[in-house]
Amino acid sequence: MSITSLKPLNLTFPDTWWRRNQMWVTPLLLLLPAAVVFTIFVIIPIFQSITLSFYDWDGINPKKWVGFSNYTELFGDEVFWKAIFNNIWWLFAFMLGPVFGLALALFLNQNVRGIRLAKSLFFFPFVISQVVVGLVFGWFFNSQFGLLNELLSHFGVEPLALIEGENTATFVVILAGLWPQVSYCMILYLTGLTAMNGEVIEAARMDGAKGWNLLWHIILPQLRPATFIAVVVSVVGALRSFDLVSIMTLGGPYNSSTVLAYMMYEQTFLNFRYGYGAAIATVLFIIMDVYIAFFLYSMLKREAR
Amino acid sequence: MALKREIDLDLTMRVRLGHQSDVKLRARAKPMVVEDDVIHVHAFGTVLNLSIPETYSKNKEERPDKQCKTTVKAGVNLPRPYQAKRTPREKVMTLAKTLKYAVSAAAFAAVATFCGAASAGTLVINSDTSDPAPKAAWEDIVSKFNKDNPGIEAKLNVYDHESYKKSIRNWLTSASPDVVFWYVGTRMEQFTKPGLLEDVSDIWDKRMSDGLGAVAKGLVTDGGKQYGVPYTYYNWGVYYRKDIFDKAGVTAAPKTWTEFVDACKKIKASGVEPIVIGSKDLWPTAGWFDYIDMRLNGLPFHMDLMHGKVSYEDPKVKGVMDKWGELMTNGCFVKNHASTSWQESQASLFQGKSSMMLIGNFISPNFPKDVEANMEFMRFPEITPGMKSYEDAPMDSIHIPKNAKNKEDAKKFLKYVMTAEVQEKINKALGQVPINTHAELKNERFLKSGAELLGKADGLAQFFDRDTDEALATLAMKGFQEFMINPDREAAILTKIEAERKRVYGEIKK
Repeated sequence: MSITSLKPLNLTFPDTWWRRNQMWVTPLLLLLPAAVVFTIFVIIPIFQSITLSFYDWDGINPKKWVGFSNYTELFGDEVFWKAIFNNIWWLFAFMLGPVFGLALALFLNQNVRGIRLAKSLFFFPFVISQVVVGLVFGWFFNSQFGLLNELLSHFGVEPLALIEGENTATFVVILAGLWPQVSYCMILYLTGLTAMNGEVIEAARMDGAKGWNLLWHIILPQLRPATFIAVVVSVVGALRSFDLVSIMTLGGPYNSSTVLAYMMYEQTFLNFRYGYGAAIATVLFIIMDVYIAFFLYSMLKREAR
Repeated sequence: MALKREIDLDLTMRVRLGHQSDVKLRARAKPMVVEDDVIHVHAFGTVLNLSIPETYSKNKEERPDKQCKTTVKAGVNLPRPYQAKRTPREKVMTLAKTLKYAVSAAAFAAVATFCGAASAGTLVINSDTSDPAPKAAWEDIVSKFNKDNPGIEAKLNVYDHESYKKSIRNWLTSASPDVVFWYVGTRMEQFTKPGLLEDVSDIWDKRMSDGLGAVAKGLVTDGGKQYGVPYTYYNWGVYYRKDIFDKAGVTAAPKTWTEFVDACKKIKASGVEPIVIGSKDLWPTAGWFDYIDMRLNGLPFHMDLMHGKVSYEDPKVKGVMDKWGELMTNGCFVKNHASTSWQESQASLFQGKSSMMLIGNFISPNFPKDVEANMEFMRFPEITPGMKSYEDAPMDSIHIPKNAKNKEDAKKFLKYVMTAEVQEKINKALGQVPINTHAELKNERFLKSGAELLGKADGLAQFFDRDTDEALATLAMKGFQEFMINPDREAAILTKIEAERKRVYGEIKK
């Protein structure tokens, strides 16, 4: 066989449109399904909901354009301000979630026999349904047959009407909400602690750091990503609080424990005021947006660093 | 194209089992549901959806009215791959028993033999009767209706109460079913005003009008025309513990307001809470408002108030609140009722911690065995002497949407539900009172006393949250709850309710 029969292999590919453009077409194609679904189920409904907030509509009669009157009514509605204030209480109280979560995580982050069982028990409240949490707390605090007053009565204390009181009801609901929230934050911190670099702590100890100093200057800075996520989920959890309110108090007594999300549900699906409900939704949407913008800004800034 | 349901289908199925030879199976079955181009049939342990070839259904007029044969392709979702280690013979036996875990992906064709196709209408009925007993009773009634009316294929779709209330607004304004379940009075007028319900005055002939009574007829009448058929209602009233009354020295059930307040005081003195209420769901408070208003000011005023024609700051409404306030000042109600639902509150009555409750007759099946003998029912006491007898009696009804496709058969169904026979059956299952006076009542003492009360009533209200606008009702009932806890806020609460009334109904026309 002569050497001439070995032809050089032709390695050039035909120059097609696809070859020239695949670098930018492929990501677009991959994004397309998600983008379509997101547009249909999120973006379009947002705009529909905002449009609806300018109408008066009960679902049967034709929609009536009312301009901003749903909003003027809303800002004059004392229930709306009650809901906003309650939402702020939720927000503040939920900031305790990361604090208690961190404390629990530090306590549980040790190597003793049976600690895994203890950890899973502390995580338990987050696993059970919010409905169950609401029922358990609602019955516990009920002044007619609740466990709390049953216990107090043995000490001769008059029944406490906490969940029935207009000034206390919302805090009882928040307490119920905080319970699973603490365990959620705890898990976030526990994973953070497990992933922590032991050498840094060792070095700090060699330099004589201990107690609060060690926690504040060495541990916490390393837990910053976990803190960030814990705060974010707590804020979102506080703003969208609905299920516990709906199960424990139905916003009552007389609106004193209502929040924006529950008020929106009530106006839309119990009172059939779709436009008014949409106006509340829009306000809630704007509040969330401000927060998310701040969140994205700080996240991008961090990534740029 | 439609078929009679009585016809037997002769089905042959060829099943391909992996790479083995085909197996033939035969079965005879009655179709469950027949639609335009699909027959649903229960056979071979599963539900088959047989699609009828187009050529067949097109020529239905020319089809001879005798045995005819067609091959229809059928598709079913076949379960996970066949994996059993058995001989082919055994495989077939398993398959014949249940198709559930036997077959590998296999295509099959069924040969169906049917004949005598008669044209029939499908009747779609949407209901919210999702509780087990009413659901079973209605299913029974619908299947009997189908049997009595060959050619009509009624289908009952059952939804849960809450989602039903939201969905009915969509159905009435777009694709409508043929019959819907709903409520009489204001809730019905909400739909008749925009013209969403069909006028059914023609089925309210003399005989039916007499049978169902003038009060019921009036409640489905708007502008002189009837828009539906009521089929059930129940009474409200005070359910009380006879034994506790006796112990406290209350010998007779109080008939007047003064006697009622006196009884409260005596029971309170005996160490038992006189009246129990659970106001978490708000509506139990409205029962008190309804009754005091009807006993004090009468039904015409009450209905004017419900329809937004009277101000909530009217002295007559203030009178209602003052009367109600008397009960609070005397400590008649249990304390701290705001987070207790009505179901939770009845425990206090059954445990003997409280003595009475204003509630609907739906409580009577809940009486525990050992307490039932001590439970008694009384009419809400008289306030204005000589006032006519008015009661809260929520009534349920069925209607035909304006956009219904098969109105003719829907009317037949409504007429059917008017009959004493059907009303008797459904109300025995519900434990409620039939509208048709010829229908026999279930033999139960609370039901009997309730029916007697309603039979004598001069007028009926539907209950606060059915009689007035939903948004106004929610706000007002929250106000009632606040009033029961803080009677001193009466004026502020009425101002708040009046502001909402004005938003919904506008200025009062003088």
